[in-house]
Amino acid sequence: MSVNTTTIKSTTASTVLEEAPLVQGGLTFQGITEKISGIVERKTPSLWWLLFGMALSGTLVLAGSIGWLVYEGTGIWGLNNPVGWGWAIVNFVFWVGIGHAGTLISAILFLLRQRWRTAINRFAEAMTIVAVICAGIFPAIHVGRIWIAYYMFPLPNQMDLWPNFRSPLLWDVFAVGTYFTVSFLFWFVGLVPDLATFRDRAKTKIKRFVFGALSLGWRGGNRQWRHYELSYLMLAGLATPLVLSVHSVVSTDFATSLIPGWHTTIFPPYFVAGAIFSGFAMVMSLAVIARRVFRLENLITIDHLEKMNKIILVTGSMVGYAYITEFFIAWYSGNIYEVFAFVNRGFGNYAWAYWIMFLCNVITPQLFWFRKFRRSIPIMFILSIFVNIGMWFERFVITVTSLSRDFLPSSWAYYSPTTWDVLTFVGSFGLFFTLFLLFLRFLPMISMSEVKGVMPEADPHHAHAGEHHGGTS
Amino acid sequence: MKTHGIVAEFSSPATLLEAATRIREAGYTRYDCHSPFPIHGMDSAMGLGRSPVGFIVGGMALLGASVGFSLQSWVNLSAYPLVISGKPVFSWQAFIIVTFALFVLFGAFGAVFGMLRLNRLPRLHHPMFFSETLSKATDDGFLVSVDADDPRFDEDETRSFLVSIGAEHIELVRGDV
Repeated sequence: MSVNTTTIKSTTASTVLEEAPLVQGGLTFQGITEKISGIVERKTPSLWWLLFGMALSGTLVLAGSIGWLVYEGTGIWGLNNPVGWGWAIVNFVFWVGIGHAGTLISAILFLLRQRWRTAINRFAEAMTIVAVICAGIFPAIHVGRIWIAYYMFPLPNQMDLWPNFRSPLLWDVFAVGTYFTVSFLFWFVGLVPDLATFRDRAKTKIKRFVFGALSLGWRGGNRQWRHYELSYLMLAGLATPLVLSVHSVVSTDFATSLIPGWHTTIFPPYFVAGAIFSGFAMVMSLAVIARRVFRLENLITIDHLEKMNKIILVTGSMVGYAYITEFFIAWYSGNIYEVFAFVNRGFGNYAWAYWIMFLCNVITPQLFWFRKFRRSIPIMFILSIFVNIGMWFERFVITVTSLSRDFLPSSWAYYSPTTWDVLTFVGSFGLFFTLFLLFLRFLPMISMSEVKGVMPEADPHHAHAGEHHGGTS
Repeated sequence: MKTHGIVAEFSSPATLLEAATRIREAGYTRYDCHSPFPIHGMDSAMGLGRSPVGFIVGGMALLGASVGFSLQSWVNLSAYPLVISGKPVFSWQAFIIVTFALFVLFGAFGAVFGMLRLNRLPRLHHPMFFSETLSKATDDGFLVSVDADDPRFDEDETRSFLVSIGAEHIELVRGDV
């Protein structure tokens, strides 16, 4: 009797403590190759063409808006004194923020040995790269005279001029440039073994050549894996401080200035939390759709999504804490100008934007405290869209409300965007989806080699491995 | 047609790991174990030490940091000294961010290009690609390849040795480059 009770207890304990398998539906190694490669190898679905056509039209809108901007100048935007930073900066910070999830998933979760990252890392990294490309466009075009944008780089020139290395705007060039390059390398190194799979499955000569060249001659031998694994670990180690530094540097664009509402030391951690928050929300919005369209329920399981929702809840609460701390510190500092800046944020001309931000970023994500909502696809999809909206408004609130009420009341003004501001932003979504759809169509959207590596069968000491031993051991 | 080596297939990560130890013990040096993902414990089974990639990354990262810091110092102290916002010409605190960015950037270049150099990649072809079974290593196969230029290599002897340690399918890799 007592023995029985112990057994029951131990099984219940183990079922509670043991994690559900990362790959479900009894998929084998080969099953995973077929599943992921199949997405790319089958005929292009008409839905893809439809979405691609829409996205490409968006890209054309972006190209047109930029063309008109170059021709006519930044006067086509709603910028004027005192609001000299409008949607271009808002969009830049918005896109860079979104671009944080990919490298966080691939680097930080890798170092923390969160094996569930394998189902979403490729996808999130691709999203990161695309988002950083979208982000990079805005600072490049808002300089006004785009044809001399290369002045941002320390290039020797006939005037012997050098960039001002003491300016946070220049730090941004280096931080975002490095971030893009490192994210791209990380993504590409991760792709190499999967590109080799594509090469070995290629039916046509052109494909065999293209994937053969892209996979660099990868043979999957352990003499290669040995260097590969350490290189990947090193990249993760380098990318971890990088991912935390990039948005900190972006926040110094604001924090090192003297504008009330910007000049605070809370900005770097607050921006980083917000970036991770918005990035995860974007990964969630895209993953929910892709999972459904490509039938990836066994690879991107509900457990994966739940874990991401927990991160959204944590980072969302950190962001909410930062919003409240800003108010508290403004009051506690006893500085009337600082108090004014924050009261103006919550109750001034742009109160509508502030409360949209607060609702979407702080209040609605609290639903994720409940397991039922964390595991509900419609709820998480809607909430992730809310977060995307809320985080755009956060950047709008920070940038515009502070500038529109600067030092001299006589210069105060209300900023409104023009049609061109809107079209440029909408167009950047077009570019984002164009590039992302191309990725989905031509490259493996889930890392096959990494997913195989976290399956129990991949462990040489796996219990079922014994039966294959034959007479050798 | 020239013989480039032998490719043998094993059934699972565990048998491949076991085979790796046996082949090393038999005195082979020019062989490799191919798998769709890295297998835990394979480095020690094959008698391989830790990869030197880390030293390349460290060296490159330090080079990047010094390039970054000295570029900024040179620009501000010698090439174009300019007082901006009353800050000192040599404001080293402000130089840290670009220094750090280049530390990471060069380190990442070291990690990727160092790894490729150590792996003798990229290359468009390799004699082992003449094999018909090796391509399984990028899907679900666990294979051993023994190069023909291994001093212990002998077509028949190596073949029977691989069979004796549990290889399930043996292929002689032949082809003209």
